[in-house]
Amino acid sequence: MSTNDTLPGAAAPAERGTAADRGAADRVRKRLSGGAASLAALVIAVVWTLPTAGLFISSFRPAEQIRATGWWTFFGSPEVTLDNYRDVLFGNANDGRLASHFVNSFVITLPSTVFVLGVAALAAYALAWIDFRGRDWVFLGIFALQIVPLQMSLVPLLRFFSQGVSVGGAQLLPAWELSGAMAFTNVWVAHTIFGLPLGIFLMHNFISQLPKSLFEAARVDGAGHGTIFRKVVLPLIAPALVSLGIFQFLWVWNDLLVALIFAGGDTATAPLTVRLAELAGTRGEAWHRLTAGAFVSIIVPLIVFFLLQRYFVRGLLAGSVKG
Amino acid sequence: MEFSFLNELPKLVWMLIGIVAFLGVIGLMLVLLDAPRSRRDRWQAAFFLGPAAVLILGGLVYPVIRTTVLSFHDRNGDVFVGLANYLWMFQRPEILQVLLNTLLWVLFAPAMATAVGLLYAVLIDRSRFESVAKSLVFMPMAISFVGASIIWRFVYAYRPADQEQYGLFNQIVVWFGGEPRLWLLEQPLNTFLLILVLIWVQAGFAMVVLSAAIKAIPAEIVEAARIDGAGPWQLFSRITLPSVWPTLLVVLITISVQTLKIFDIVRTMTGGNYGTSVIANEMYSQAFSQGQVGQGSALAVFLFVLVIPLVAFQIRRNRKARELT
Repeated sequence: MSTNDTLPGAAAPAERGTAADRGAADRVRKRLSGGAASLAALVIAVVWTLPTAGLFISSFRPAEQIRATGWWTFFGSPEVTLDNYRDVLFGNANDGRLASHFVNSFVITLPSTVFVLGVAALAAYALAWIDFRGRDWVFLGIFALQIVPLQMSLVPLLRFFSQGVSVGGAQLLPAWELSGAMAFTNVWVAHTIFGLPLGIFLMHNFISQLPKSLFEAARVDGAGHGTIFRKVVLPLIAPALVSLGIFQFLWVWNDLLVALIFAGGDTATAPLTVRLAELAGTRGEAWHRLTAGAFVSIIVPLIVFFLLQRYFVRGLLAGSVKG
Repeated sequence: MEFSFLNELPKLVWMLIGIVAFLGVIGLMLVLLDAPRSRRDRWQAAFFLGPAAVLILGGLVYPVIRTTVLSFHDRNGDVFVGLANYLWMFQRPEILQVLLNTLLWVLFAPAMATAVGLLYAVLIDRSRFESVAKSLVFMPMAISFVGASIIWRFVYAYRPADQEQYGLFNQIVVWFGGEPRLWLLEQPLNTFLLILVLIWVQAGFAMVVLSAAIKAIPAEIVEAARIDGAGPWQLFSRITLPSVWPTLLVVLITISVQTLKIFDIVRTMTGGNYGTSVIANEMYSQAFSQGQVGQGSALAVFLFVLVIPLVAFQIRRNRKARELT
């Protein structure tokens, strides 16, 4: 994993370090010399890995063994089964039937991610390269909105979906009475709204750093903003889109609160997180279900994480160590 | 009813319709926008900013105002009650407990996560296994709080003393000759056990960001300090720590903001029972389970007020950094 590559100008300090440097930390480590330092690092690494490993191993053990002995006894008498996964994914409704919720998680996450990327990229372009009065104030306002806790929006937004908009008794917008698969639209919109402030901020960081000459040249050639955005900006901001996309994807996939409120609890729309939290509450001791279930929900983020770790770290550094 | 893929099909179709329609509309607009007559900057800006503006004004700005107004009203939002909801918050012992718990979270989680992250980053810096070692501690960042909570509930799991333990925590207690206990019911220890879960998740974030900062310390400074005879602890306290201090503050504040809003862990581990509830969880219970919209809104506003100084500090730092470059 390399943490040295960053968005241009996003985390400048990180770019200076090279493998050849002899950093301060290096000295500290050397002087603490092997023993104590390595041991401490090892202890942390083990404590951080063991709980996940325990759950992972347990999820493949037969149910009666999970109930009888600790997972650490697994290595004495290894016995592997996929029954837990089969039951929790496709079994009867009491066991979770997570396959259906797995689909829900996807159906919630993909559009929420695409919408944020699209809307944020457009807005960031306007804020960076189109001249209009009050531009800086708009940007400052969006920046400030990053701090608003979700909790401030939940009640009014839910009322908007369930009751529509009415001013002084006159119904301006009807309630969104979406049923079946279309009920997902509420969650998409909610997630898109909550993802926008950070999304616009990150995209603006990136788009505003593109060289000015690029835009001047395109203008001279007679291109309008629409063409410039499509043909010049989009190809250049692909890496930033990937970074933001991973963030939004993981955020939405892992979210509980927004889904709990806007997707409801029934099988039709609830994502994995909502169903799992429910199982943990009602069937807290059914570990053969919970271990396998937890892994079903964890596996997608882990794949995304390990495949795209470089982009993930980049985005992280861009968001938090700006300047 | 069995699981069948046919039942899932409408969802996937609706998802595709959603994505294609969204991309289609944007693409079309981008093309139409360059029709010669509409080339006024103001109109073009309106198109580019329009979707974001509608969503942000309707979904964030208006709700913030509305929630603030609701916090001064009764449970249905009809009758103005002045400060009653806020007085309720600071007078009811169970809500004071919630506020105290939130304080404990903010005092311990960010500091411990950052400390572990920094220690680990220093220890593994430039070691042979650096990238693997980093991945191990960073991995919990990708796991949902719900997943992390289940992982740790399994660690804290309890069996009566006469049976074999399958929870790692209780097994270790037994190995050392102790009695297994229902850890999540033990107040106030249970709050700290929940805080541990957040530390476990966030330490990786602190580690990755601080590691980047450590690598950015100029080699000459370290060399000079060494020639002057600085020992390892002096190097750490006089060189490493001051150099990464600004980054450390940012990490601390970022985690603090997250901690203030923590909800999922409490919800999944204990449901907010046994004296473990925090503001965000209580807000959810009040507004959505018990239908006390006024009281829920007051809690939301209080949470907002707590976050403001932290973020104001961060923005000021950002400004300063931008002026320097």
